[in-house]
Amino acid sequence: MNTILKKSSSFFDVYERRPGSDKLTTTYCPGCGHGVLHKLIAEALDDFGVREKTIFISPVGCSVFAYYYFHTGNVQVAHGRAPAAATGIKRAHPGSIVISYQGDGDLAAIGTAEIIHAANRGEGITVFFVNNAVYGMTGGQMAPTTLIGQKTMTTPRGRSVENDGYPIRMSEIIATLDAPVFVERVMIGDTKSTMHTRQTVRKALKLQIEKNGFSFIEVLAACPSQLKMTPSRSKLWVKEVLEKRFPLGVCKDISGEFEGRKFTRKDVKNDELHDILDLETAQVDLEKISRFQDKPINEEIKVAGFGGQGVLSLGTVLSEMGMRHNYEVSWLPSYGPEMRGGTANCSVKISKKKIGSPLVANPTILIAMNRPSLDKFENDVVSGGLIIYDDSLIDRKPVRDDVDIIPIPATKLADELGNTKAANMVIVGALITVKEIMSQQIILDSLGDVLKRKNLVELNQKAILRGAEYIKNLKK
Amino acid sequence: MTISKSRGHVVINTEECKGCELCIEACPSDVLFLSDKFNTHGYHPSAYKGEDCTGCGICFYTCPEPGAITVFKRWDLMTETAACSHCGGDYKVFHTDEKPEALICTNCLKPVKDSQ
Ligand SMILES: Cc1ncc(C[n+]2csc(CCOP(=O)(O)OP(=O)(O)O)c2C)c(N)n1
Ligand code: SF4
Ligand code: SF4
Repeated sequence: MNTILKKSSSFFDVYERRPGSDKLTTTYCPGCGHGVLHKLIAEALDDFGVREKTIFISPVGCSVFAYYYFHTGNVQVAHGRAPAAATGIKRAHPGSIVISYQGDGDLAAIGTAEIIHAANRGEGITVFFVNNAVYGMTGGQMAPTTLIGQKTMTTPRGRSVENDGYPIRMSEIIATLDAPVFVERVMIGDTKSTMHTRQTVRKALKLQIEKNGFSFIEVLAACPSQLKMTPSRSKLWVKEVLEKRFPLGVCKDISGEFEGRKFTRKDVKNDELHDILDLETAQVDLEKISRFQDKPINEEIKVAGFGGQGVLSLGTVLSEMGMRHNYEVSWLPSYGPEMRGGTANCSVKISKKKIGSPLVANPTILIAMNRPSLDKFENDVVSGGLIIYDDSLIDRKPVRDDVDIIPIPATKLADELGNTKAANMVIVGALITVKEIMSQQIILDSLGDVLKRKNLVELNQKAILRGAEYIKNLKK
Repeated sequence: MTISKSRGHVVINTEECKGCELCIEACPSDVLFLSDKFNTHGYHPSAYKGEDCTGCGICFYTCPEPGAITVFKRWDLMTETAACSHCGGDYKVFHTDEKPEALICTNCLKPVKDSQ
C-alpha cells in the first residue's frame, strides 16, 4: 500500500495538450464518473508498472480528450471504433497493454458491431464501458442504456418501449459469447462500490498483462450535468435507480482456467509477399529509359468508358509501364455497382515526384472511350491538357478549345485486328506516341509480364503498334 | 499542529478542485468542508479542518479530479518542520516509506529539497 495517495504518474503533471490557460484540471464536469474511473485505471497502470507500454484509446464522447490526461500511448478514434482500432494496435504490438475506453453512446449505439466482434474474437484487450444512461458530450440525448421513462433531450416525455425499445444490457450480451474471459458490471456509486470497482479494474488489467485475456468492464457512473442533478444526487440515482435495471456482478469469469492468448506474429518476406499478391518484379533498365530522365513528367490521367471496354486495365498497363520507367505511379479504380454496361473510370498518376494522393480531379490527359465519359469529364481537363477520344463510338466532338484534342477510332481499328477488346491498347499506343513519356519497345517487351491472359499478348502488341501508326499518319 | 492526534493528513489542491462536494459527503470522519473562499474557476473548494484525518483515502478515490486531493496515510511519518525549497516557508514534511530520504512538503506537495 502506498503511503501517499496522490496524482498518479500515469497522468501528465501538466495537461499541455489541453488548449487554453487551464492545464491542471480535466474537462469533466464536477462530479463526473469518468474522472474517478480514470484515476482507478491510472493507479493500476502505475502499480503494475505498465504505463510505458500502455496504449489508451480515447473514444468519441466526453472522454474524447483522455489523451490530454493519460501519460501513456494514446490514439483517439472515430465514434464507436475503439475496439476495431484496439484490435489492430494489439496485433501490431502484441506486448502492449491496450485499453478501449468507451461510453454508452459510443459502445452500445454506433459501435455495437465493433465491440461484439472484438469480444467474439477474444482480442487481448481491456474494455472499459462507462454506462451513464445518456449521451453526455452532445447534450443529453437518449442512449441505448437510457431507462424506460427516463427523460432526456430526445425523449422529453420519457423513454418508451414502443418508440425506443428496452435499455440494452451489454455485459449480459457480451457474456453469452465464447471468447471473453472476464465480464463484470460494477458501479461508481457509494464508497464500497467504488472500492470494489477499483479491484475489478485491477483484475481486468492484470488479466491482460498476464494472459492477454479479453475483459469487458461495464461501469455504472453518474453524469450529473445531463441528469440535471447535483453530483451527490446523481450518484444516489446510479445506486438506487440505474442499478435496478443493470444489476451489478460478474457475468462471466473463466480467468482461472483461461490459459492465455498467444500471438504468433508472422513476418512476411518480400518474395512471399510478391507471391501472395501475384506481383511480377519489374526490372528497370536505366540505359533504355535515359531519354526520359530529364523531362519533368507529371501526368494526371483519367481513363473512362463502359465497363468491359478495358478501361481499368488500360490504367494498370500505364501504371505498370510507368514503374518500368522508374516513375512514381498510382492507379485508382472507380466503378459503379453494375459489372457490365455501366460506366467505369480510373485515375492514373505518372510522375517524377512522389505522389501524395491517387485522386485525379483535373486530369492533364482524358481518355474518353464512350460518350457519357466525354460528357462527364471534358470540363475537368486542365487548360492546355489533352483529350483522346474514340471517335468510332462517340458521336460528338469535344467543345473545349483550350486543350489538344485527338480523335482516334480505337474500337474500329481493334475490330480490324480481330477483337474490339484491344481498343484500349490501341489508345496506349496512340498516347505514348503523342506524349513521349515511355518507350514503345519497353512496353511491347514487357506486356507479357503485365497482362493476365497470356494468349492475348500478341493481339495487344499489334494494337499498340496500330495506335502508334495511326498517330504517325495523322502527323504527316 | 500536533502530530500525535491525527493518523493521516489530507491536502486539497484548491485550484484543481471543482467543488462537487463528493469528498465531503464521503469522508467518514467528517473532516472536510466547503471553503467559503472561491478559486480562480469560481468554485468553492473543499478544505480540511486540520485534524482528525485517519488517512483512509476514501476522499481520494471519490474525487473525480486526478490531482485535487492528496492523502498522507501515515501521518506518523511526518517529521518536524523544515524549510521547503519551493514554497520557502517552514512547512511540515513527510517521509515516504518507499524512499525514506525523500521529504515531501505538505504545503506544496513537492520534494522539500530537489535532488541534485
Ligand atoms: C460519427 C459520429 N456520429 C455522431 C457524433 C456525435 N456524438 C458525439 S459524442 C456522442 C455521444 C457520446 O455519448 P457516450 O458514448 O454515452 O459518452 P459520454 O459523452 O456520455 O461520456 C455523439 C452521438 C460523432 N461525433 N461522430
Ligand atoms: S456531461 Fe456528463 S459525462 Fe460528460 S463530463 Fe459532464 S458529467 Fe461527465
Ligand atoms: S471530490 Fe474533489 S473536486 Fe469534488 S469537492 Fe472534493 S476535492 Fe473538490
